[in-house]
Amino acid sequence: MHATPTTRAAREQARRQRARKSIAVSATATAVVIVGVALAIVFSPGWRTVRETYLSWHYFKQVLPSLPGGFWLDVRIFLIVEVVVLALGLAIALIRTMRAPVLYPVRVVAAVFVDVMRGVPLLILLYLFAFGLSALGFSFIPGSYTILGAAALACCYSAYVSEVFRAGIQSVHPSQPAAGLALGLTRTQTLRHVVLPQAVRAVVPPLLNDFIGLTKDVALVSILGPQEIARIAQINADLYFNYTPYVAAAAFYLVITLPLIRIVDRMRSRGLERQNALVLM
Amino acid sequence: MTRRTSLAAIAATLIAAGSLALAVLPGAAAIAATACTNGSLSLVHKGQLTVATDAPAYPPYFENNKPANGQGFESAIAYGVGHELGFSSSQVKWTVEPFDDSYAPGPKSFDFDINEISITTARAKAVDFSTSYFDNPQAIVVVKGSKYQHVTSLAQLRGALFGVQVGTTSLSAVTAEIHPTQQPQVFNGSNDVITALRQHKVDAIVVDLATGFYLTSGEIPHGIVVGQFNAPGGDNWGLLLAKHSKLTPCVDDALAKLRSSGELSAITKRWMQSGAGVPVLK
Repeated sequence: MHATPTTRAAREQARRQRARKSIAVSATATAVVIVGVALAIVFSPGWRTVRETYLSWHYFKQVLPSLPGGFWLDVRIFLIVEVVVLALGLAIALIRTMRAPVLYPVRVVAAVFVDVMRGVPLLILLYLFAFGLSALGFSFIPGSYTILGAAALACCYSAYVSEVFRAGIQSVHPSQPAAGLALGLTRTQTLRHVVLPQAVRAVVPPLLNDFIGLTKDVALVSILGPQEIARIAQINADLYFNYTPYVAAAAFYLVITLPLIRIVDRMRSRGLERQNALVLM
Repeated sequence: MTRRTSLAAIAATLIAAGSLALAVLPGAAAIAATACTNGSLSLVHKGQLTVATDAPAYPPYFENNKPANGQGFESAIAYGVGHELGFSSSQVKWTVEPFDDSYAPGPKSFDFDINEISITTARAKAVDFSTSYFDNPQAIVVVKGSKYQHVTSLAQLRGALFGVQVGTTSLSAVTAEIHPTQQPQVFNGSNDVITALRQHKVDAIVVDLATGFYLTSGEIPHGIVVGQFNAPGGDNWGLLLAKHSKLTPCVDDALAKLRSSGELSAITKRWMQSGAGVPVLK
């Protein structure tokens, strides 16, 4: 039995109508919320103070030229640390998933490293790496606090990223490496060509999430001396007793983090589509 | 918006100037005096003078990180002001106010904040300052054996890597007066600045002169003050109060009394070493 064309057309029309109605309702609701919040803020008793203290155009213009240099330092630290984090994180994850009895001590070291790096606040890690390692007085330890701070960042994020990779590796069904071995591949070849491609693909969104976290945590290195963007904002805020420089610095961060966040969201929904083989509304 | 602000500022200045003019007139002085005694003051907490400073509180401004012991330059000043306003020592209560928060808009948790804060016109748009109770030049501190130990001019320091504390006048002083070729390293607290110097991560640090004397007498055993110089416009320290605080004229009044009675210079002499022996670099 087929629905008659007229019925189908009627259904289509009804569906379109529902879609139009839902768009109209959501647009109206959004507009009401935005306008409501904006009015509530603008008519709040402290709005004038907020506008002068956080949104001063005068100080925004004044501080703007000094920010790109600081932001560029953040970007450079981020890029270098990110590469180290990917390599170190993957290495730790591989060590921790290997089962050879002879590698037991290495696995213990890796496990302790991950536990400690995840368990200690990053701020304290930065101080310990920079001031603590320098106090040892070894000549092979890098001279700059900034480099030591970047090393602390790399260690901390490697620990998190190694756990992400490990989850990815463990999410690959055991029948997959078994099939690889059955086909005559060595263990290394199985890992390289069967396990890792599937593992990495599964964990790209959570990895990107960690990257977003890293872009912002780079600012913490400023406690060790370098004038990156958050520090420059603080210097100017302290100079003028006005918090607008922080808002300006936040805008710079959003330029980088917002596209990343959108990419992660899109990858998530694509992954779901692929996994469930259906189009999600 | 800017115009309205500046109008308000002008009005406030006129009112302040007017009340000052009244205060110098005989007869009016009595009225002004009664307005500035304990009981008639508008205070954060009734019956007590709430004074703020940052933690940790460093010597020579405070001793043993205990502002309430009356020891140290700024502690002594705060109690001096308190006494002039009619408070007993036990009525002066201390509270911790991080420097970065001290200028946040909204109600303050203190009557005034004393924290080595430099008075500038830009800052005075956001808060009230008292008149200056101290003028402190900047000091350059290096460790013995440094190649900058025997400099005789600021120009010779251009190649040095400097360490300074954030929020201090020292950074703008270094930038404006020395024009260093390397960007100065900026740290959260003076302890971190000291560590950087001790670990030879920076060539020299810039602090206010009084702090420089204190550091080289103990915290940095091999440290020496190689010279002093002035921040652009000088570095006058004032008490920080909420913008348009009713207390500001009273605090100024109390400081004026401390000044004329000689107590301010006695406190300064007791806690702050004279900078006469330190070469002035230009």
